[in-house]
Amino acid sequence: MKLHVNGTVHEVDVPGEMPLLWVLRDVLGYTGVKFGCGMAQCGACTVHIDGKAERSCTTPVSAVGDRKVTTIEGLSADGSHPVQQAWRDLDVVQCGYCQSGQIMAAAALLAANPSPTDADIDAALAGNLCRCGTYQRIREAVHAAAKRQRRTRP
Amino acid sequence: MSAVTRRTFLRTSLLSGAGLVIAFHVPRRAMAAAAPQKPLPAPNAFVRVSPDGSVTVLLAHSEMGQGIWTTLAMLIAEELECDWSRVRVEHAPAAPAYAHTAFGMQMTGGSTTTWSEFDRYRTVGAMARDMLVRAAAQRWKVDPGRLRTANGYVYRGKEKLSYGQLAEAAEKLAPPTAVKLKEPRDWKLIGKRVRRLDSPEKVTGKARFGMDVRFPGLRTALVARAPVFGGRVRSYDAAKARAVPGVEQVVQVPSGVAVVARDFWSASAGRDALQIEWDLGPGAEIDSEKLTASYRALARTPGTVALSRGDCDAALAAAGKRLEAEYDVPYLAHAPMEPLNCSVKIDGDRCEIWTGTQFQTVDQGAAAKVAGVPPQNVTVHTQFLGGGFGRRANPRADFVGEAVQVARAAGVPVKTVWTREDDVRGGFYRPLFVHRIEAALDAKGLPAAWKHVIVGQSIIAGTPFEAMLVKNGIDGASVEGVVDSPYLEGVPACSVSLHSPRNEVPVLWWRSVGNTHTAFAMESMIDELAHAAGRKPLEFRAALLRDKPRHLRALQVAAEKAGFGKPPPAGTARGLAVHESFGSIVAEVAEVSVEKGRIRVHRVTCAIDCGLAVNPLGIEAQVQGSVAFGLGPVLKSELTLKQGRVQQSNFHDYEVLRLDEMPRVEVHVLQGKARMGGVGEPATAPVAAAVANAVFALTGKRLRSLPLRLA
Repeated sequence: MKLHVNGTVHEVDVPGEMPLLWVLRDVLGYTGVKFGCGMAQCGACTVHIDGKAERSCTTPVSAVGDRKVTTIEGLSADGSHPVQQAWRDLDVVQCGYCQSGQIMAAAALLAANPSPTDADIDAALAGNLCRCGTYQRIREAVHAAAKRQRRTRP
Repeated sequence: MSAVTRRTFLRTSLLSGAGLVIAFHVPRRAMAAAAPQKPLPAPNAFVRVSPDGSVTVLLAHSEMGQGIWTTLAMLIAEELECDWSRVRVEHAPAAPAYAHTAFGMQMTGGSTTTWSEFDRYRTVGAMARDMLVRAAAQRWKVDPGRLRTANGYVYRGKEKLSYGQLAEAAEKLAPPTAVKLKEPRDWKLIGKRVRRLDSPEKVTGKARFGMDVRFPGLRTALVARAPVFGGRVRSYDAAKARAVPGVEQVVQVPSGVAVVARDFWSASAGRDALQIEWDLGPGAEIDSEKLTASYRALARTPGTVALSRGDCDAALAAAGKRLEAEYDVPYLAHAPMEPLNCSVKIDGDRCEIWTGTQFQTVDQGAAAKVAGVPPQNVTVHTQFLGGGFGRRANPRADFVGEAVQVARAAGVPVKTVWTREDDVRGGFYRPLFVHRIEAALDAKGLPAAWKHVIVGQSIIAGTPFEAMLVKNGIDGASVEGVVDSPYLEGVPACSVSLHSPRNEVPVLWWRSVGNTHTAFAMESMIDELAHAAGRKPLEFRAALLRDKPRHLRALQVAAEKAGFGKPPPAGTARGLAVHESFGSIVAEVAEVSVEKGRIRVHRVTCAIDCGLAVNPLGIEAQVQGSVAFGLGPVLKSELTLKQGRVQQSNFHDYEVLRLDEMPRVEVHVLQGKARMGGVGEPATAPVAAAVANAVFALTGKRLRSLPLRLA
C-alpha cells in the first residue's frame, strides 16, 4: 500500500492492521515518533494526519488511506516551527522522550486555534503525558509559540 | 565472572570509606569523598578539542532529563574558556576512568552528579586550557604566563590563535600536573541561567534513545514473563507463535519465553500466540491489602533499632498529651515515558549493548557474565534515557541481563522491548511502607517523646550491595528522613525501629527513595502535633527548627512567597512541608481546593537551598518536575496486587499526573554558601505532606494514606 509521510510517498508491504506507529518506526525509520503505551493513553506517538493530531499507536495503517501523515521529522526542515522555537527558548525538554508528541499536539492546536487559553491548552494536551513534569513550561511555550506565530503570520 | 568474583568486583569497585550509598542515602559522608582526587584525571577522557574548533565533552553520567548534558559541559567550558556555541556532548563509554568520584563505579543517581563532578570536570577543563596555552606559547616562542584565553582563542596582545589551530599541537603535550581553578568571582557560566544543549535534537525528533537504535540485522524481541513475581516456565508451546508472519525464533530464557521477530508488531503478535504453563510459586499469594494489614500489625511491635535516645515508653506514659498515627504508602511503578529496552550484539568474545542506563558498571558486569566474556569486552553505548527515576539503576541489571540472555539464545543481534504493560507489571517498585508514630507533647507544647516504627521491604536486601549497605540490620534507604530528621534532634526520648519483611515483589529506588514516604510521615505528624499543641504550622516548625538556619530560611521564603499571613483565595487552603534530602533542603507550600470531592492542587511554592546553584534555569525545571512526579502518587498513582497479579497495566489504570492537573509551581532558588547538594530528587519528597496538610487545613480531615482520598 501507499503511505504519504512528510511529503514522500512510500510503498509499504505490511499487514493492514499494523499500527501506523510501527510502520513509521520499524519499517520507514521515522524514530522521532515514540512508543509509550500502545493504547492512546500517553500521546508520545502523536502525528498529524491531514493536519489533525492523531495517536499513531492505535491507528491501523490501513485506515490512513491517501491522507497525509506528518511526523516530528516533517514538522519543519530545520526545527524552525514556532512551537519548536518556543520549546528551545523556554528550555522545555527534559528527558525529551514525550516531546515529539507534545510538540505535534501543540502545533495542531495552534493551527486550529491561534490564541489558545490555558483551558484550551489543558484540553488539547491533557492526553500527552510527561513523566519529567515539563507541563508548566509546555503551557508557557504554547503561549509563546502562539505569540510568535501571530507575529510571523499576521 | 562467577557470582563470588562479581560480588568482590562490585565491592572493591566502590570506594570503601564512603559508607556508600548506592542506597542514594548519601549526603554527608559520601560528599566528603568527592573532594579532589590526588592524581589528576586524564583530560582527553573527558574533553576533546578538534582542529575544526569544536569541543566535545564526554559525559561520565547519563542524561535522563536532569540536565547534566548541559551542566557538566558548563563546568568544563568555564575553565576551558571555549566558545560555548561550539560545545557538543557525548555519553562516555563504560570504563574505569568514568567511575563516580564518590561511589567508585560508573553510575548516575542519588542526585549526585553535579556536586560529585564539580571539581573533576572543572579540573579537566583547566588542564585542556593549559595545554592549549602551552601549544600557543611554543608557536609564538613566549612564556605561557603572558598569554590569555577567551571564547575559544589564545591571545598574545591582539594577536590570536584559535583552539582549533592549536588542537593537534596541544594534544601532543604532557598534561599538567597541577592547575589552578578560577575564583568564583571570575565565573562566566557557573551560576548563570544556561539553556540546555540537548534541546535542538530533542525538539526535532533526532535525539536517539535506546528504543531508537537500528542497525542491519537487529531483531526485536518481546519476552513473556511470569504473571506473578518469582514464577517460572513449566512448559510452553510455541507452534502458533512461530506461525505468525515476521516471527523468526522463540527461545526460552531464565525470565520467560522470548519471541524474536523482524519488528515489534510481529514480536507482539507472536507473544500473544504463545501458550505457556507457569509454576507460580509463593508469589501467587501476595495481596497488597493483606500486606498492608500485616505491616500495620508489625508496626505495633518493636523492630530493629535504628535510633534510640532516652526512655521513650516511659516518656510517652508520663506525657499529658499523646498522639498516635499510622501512615501508609502503596507500591509505585516508575513508568518512565520510554519503556525499557536494550539492544545487544554478541560477536565471538565481544559484546556490545545499546541502552539507556543509570548503571553502566553493573550492567557491563551483568552482560559480561551472561555472555561469558570479560567485562572489558563489553562495550556499553549509553543512549539518551527516556526517563530514569531510579528504574534504570538496577543492582540486578534485570532488563540488560535479560536482553543478553535473549541475544545469546537467539544467536542474532536483538533489541528487547518492554511494552507499557510489561513495565507496569514488571516489578522493581517503590516499596509499600507503613509508619506508626506515637508522640507526646510536654507542658510547653513541644515534642517530649517520639516512638516511630517503620515497616517495608529493603531495597538493598538480596542485591550485591547488601553486605556493604545494610548496617546492623538497617537499610539506610528505609529510614532516611526519619533518623536524620532535624525535628528529632531536640526530642529528649526517641525511638525509631525498622521491620524489613521480604516477599517476591522486587523493589527499587524511586525518585527520592526513602524520602518518598518518610517525608510524608514526618511532615504530616509534625502538622498533627502543631494542631494538637494549638500552634500554627509555620510557627510550630520554626520553633522546632530554631537551630537550623537553612531549614528556617527555606521555610520562611516559601511561606512568604506563598502569601502566608494573607488569607488564601476563597475555597482554598495552604499546607506546608520542609524536608532535607540528598544534601539539599526544600520547603513547599501547597494551595489546594476540593472540587466535586476531588483534591485540586492549584499552586506549589518552593524554596530550595542546594548550596551553590550551578544552573538556576535547570534547577527550576528539576523542582517543577519533581513536584509533578511527586503529585501523581498524592492524587492518583497506586499499584496493587491480588493473588500475586498486579492489578494495573497501563496509564489508564496506573494514572500519573496530567497537564490539566499541573499546579503553578514557583521555584525560589536560595543562593547560599552551604556545601552543594543534589537537585534531581529533593523536591519530590515534601509535596505529599504539603498537600495532605493543606487538605487538613481546608476540610479538617487528616488523610494518612497515599493516594489521598476524601471519601
